[in-house]
Amino acid sequence: MTVPRLFKNGIAVTGLVIIVLYVLIIIVSFFWLPFDPSEMNSQRLLEAPSFTSGHLFGTDEFGRDILSRIMKGTTVSLVISIAATALGASFGILMGIWAGYLGGRWDNGIMRIADVLFSFPSLLLAIFVMAILGENTYNVIIAIGIVYIPQFARISRGSIIALKSNEFVRAARSNGAGRTYILFRHLLPNSMAPIIVQISLSLSVAILLESALSFLGLGVQPPEPSWGNMLSSARKVMMLAPWTAIYPGLAIVTLVLGFNLLGDGLRDILDPRLRNVR
Amino acid sequence: MADKDILLDVQDLSVHFPIEKGILFKRKVGAIRAVDGVSFIVRRGEALGLVGESGCGKSTTAMAIAQLQTVTAGHIFFEGKDLAAMSPEELRRERMNFQIVFQDPYSSLNPRMRAGDLIAEPLRIYARRGIITLSEDEIRKKAASLMDRCGLSSSFADRYPHEFSGGQRQRIGIARALALGPKLILADEPVSALDVSIQSQILNLLKDLQDEFDLTFLFIAHDLAVVEYFCSRIAVMYLGHIVETADAAVLYRQPMHPYSRALLSAVPLPDPRRERKRRRIILQGDVPSPSAARSGCPFADRCPEVMDRCRLEAPQLQMVDEEHEVACFLYASPSGFAL
Repeated sequence: MTVPRLFKNGIAVTGLVIIVLYVLIIIVSFFWLPFDPSEMNSQRLLEAPSFTSGHLFGTDEFGRDILSRIMKGTTVSLVISIAATALGASFGILMGIWAGYLGGRWDNGIMRIADVLFSFPSLLLAIFVMAILGENTYNVIIAIGIVYIPQFARISRGSIIALKSNEFVRAARSNGAGRTYILFRHLLPNSMAPIIVQISLSLSVAILLESALSFLGLGVQPPEPSWGNMLSSARKVMMLAPWTAIYPGLAIVTLVLGFNLLGDGLRDILDPRLRNVR
Repeated sequence: MADKDILLDVQDLSVHFPIEKGILFKRKVGAIRAVDGVSFIVRRGEALGLVGESGCGKSTTAMAIAQLQTVTAGHIFFEGKDLAAMSPEELRRERMNFQIVFQDPYSSLNPRMRAGDLIAEPLRIYARRGIITLSEDEIRKKAASLMDRCGLSSSFADRYPHEFSGGQRQRIGIARALALGPKLILADEPVSALDVSIQSQILNLLKDLQDEFDLTFLFIAHDLAVVEYFCSRIAVMYLGHIVETADAAVLYRQPMHPYSRALLSAVPLPDPRRERKRRRIILQGDVPSPSAARSGCPFADRCPEVMDRCRLEAPQLQMVDEEHEVACFLYASPSGFAL
C-alpha cells in the first residue's frame, strides 16, 4: 500500500533518489576510489579542479584528492547522521509519549530529566559527552544522540498531550483497550507528523554537528575523512582554493536536502487526510 | 417490580474535580461538584433521558457510569454488580455490556483508521485477549454487517473518517458501539453535533436498533424535543443534582419542579396558535458556581417560588405519584411525606 503511494509523491521520490545516490556512492567507495583518500602529494597542493590531472574536485592543502575524500567520508557522515537520529529519536519519543500520556508525576519526572539535557547548548552538550566518552566515531553517534533525546521528548510529549483529550481515546478505553495499546495504536500514529519533520531536521543537523565536533578535533579523527573535518580544514585555505570548501559543502547540502524532501513527502503520505490533496 | 428488571442502578453518585493550587506542591483548595449525589435506575429495555443545561453534569455522569471517570463517592450497579469493586480484568469483560455513543463524531473516530477497522477494533481487542473467540474473517464479516445495519454501505469499509459526513461518522460510532453486543448504550448527546435533518435519521436508526438488539439507553441531551421523541422516562438534572424524574409523557404534560417547568416552557411549539399562547418562564440570575459550598436547594437562588426552607435544607427526591419523583419542598408536607 505505502510503497506505490511513495512513488506517486514527487517530493518524496526526489528525496529518495538523492539518498539512494549517496548510498550508491558508499557502495562504490568500498571497491573503487579515484585516488587514495589519505595519500599526500606535495607536488599537487591546492590544485584547481581539472579533467587533465584527474582531480575532478581539485586537491586540498596536503595534495589529497577531494573527490575521493568526499566519497570516503560519505559513509561516516551518513552512518553518524542516521544512527544518531535513530538513537535520539527512539529514546526521546519513548520518554516523551509516556510522560505525555501518563501525566502528573511521571510527566514531571521524565521531563525534568529532559530539561536538564536541554539546558545545555547542543554543541556544548555534545562536547561534554565526547570529553567523557573519548574521541572516536561511535562516541560521536552517542553524543549527538544524547543531544537529540530532549528534543524528541518535548515534541512527542506535546503532541500526545494534545491528542489524548480526543474522544477516540475514551472510545478505545470503553472498548477494552489497554494503556500501551492506546498509546501505540491510537496516539503515536496521530502524532507522527511533527516527529517526522523533526527526524528529517535531525538527520541534517547531525551532519552539521558532526562537522562542528570534527572541526573542534573531537569528532572523526584525521586522516580519516569526514565532510565535517574536510570543511573545517578548508577554512584556512578557503580564499585561496575555494573548491576545498565548496565540494564538501555541496555534499552536505544535497544530502540534507534529500533528507528534508523525503521527510516532507513521508509526512504527507502517512496522513490519510492529505493523501488525495496534491 | 422485580429486581432483575433493573439494568443499571446508580446510587448517590458524586464526581468532584479538585481545584489545585501551587506549582510543585499541589494542594487542594476546593472542588467542583460536577455530580453531587445522583441516584437513579435504568430498567431493561427502556430509554431514560437525562436532560439539563450545559455544565450540569450529564456527561460526567455518563463517563462515571462507563468507568472512564474516577468516582468520588457512590455506587454504580450494573445488573446488580458493583462496577467499582471489579478487578481490571472483570471490568474489561463487563465493558462489553455497556458501550458509549459519543457526542462529537469528529474527535470520537481515530482519523488514521479505516471505517471497517474502527468498527472491528473492539472485536479485535476482545478476540486478542481471548474473551471472545472470532477469527479475523468472522470479525470482518461482522463489521461489514454492522455497517450495513447502520445504514452505511460495507463497501465504504476502506474509507477514512474524513471521507464521511458528520451523520455517516456518527453511524460508524454507533456501529462500533454495537460491535460487542452491549445491553446498555450510554448515548452522550449523540445527535447534538448534527444537522436537524440528520438528527431525525440517527434517532430513527437508534430506535430501530433498540428494538432489534434489545438495547437499553441512557440518553443524554439538552434538546427536549429529541428526548421527548426518544425516551420513555426522563430525569432532569440541575447543577449536579437530579431534580425530577418522571414518565416522558407525564413530565411534558405536567412538570412539577420549578426548574423543569422553566426548561419545558422554553421549548417552542410547532402549532403557531399554541406557540403564541406559550408563556415562557424566564429564570433570573446565572447558574451558581459548582465549586461554591451550598446548603439548601441547588436551585434556590433562581427559583421563582423559593421559600425560606429552601435555603436551609436540601430537598430529597420524593415520590409524588407513581413513577414521578420531585426534589422540591413545594410538594412536601411539613412531616416530609408527599402530599
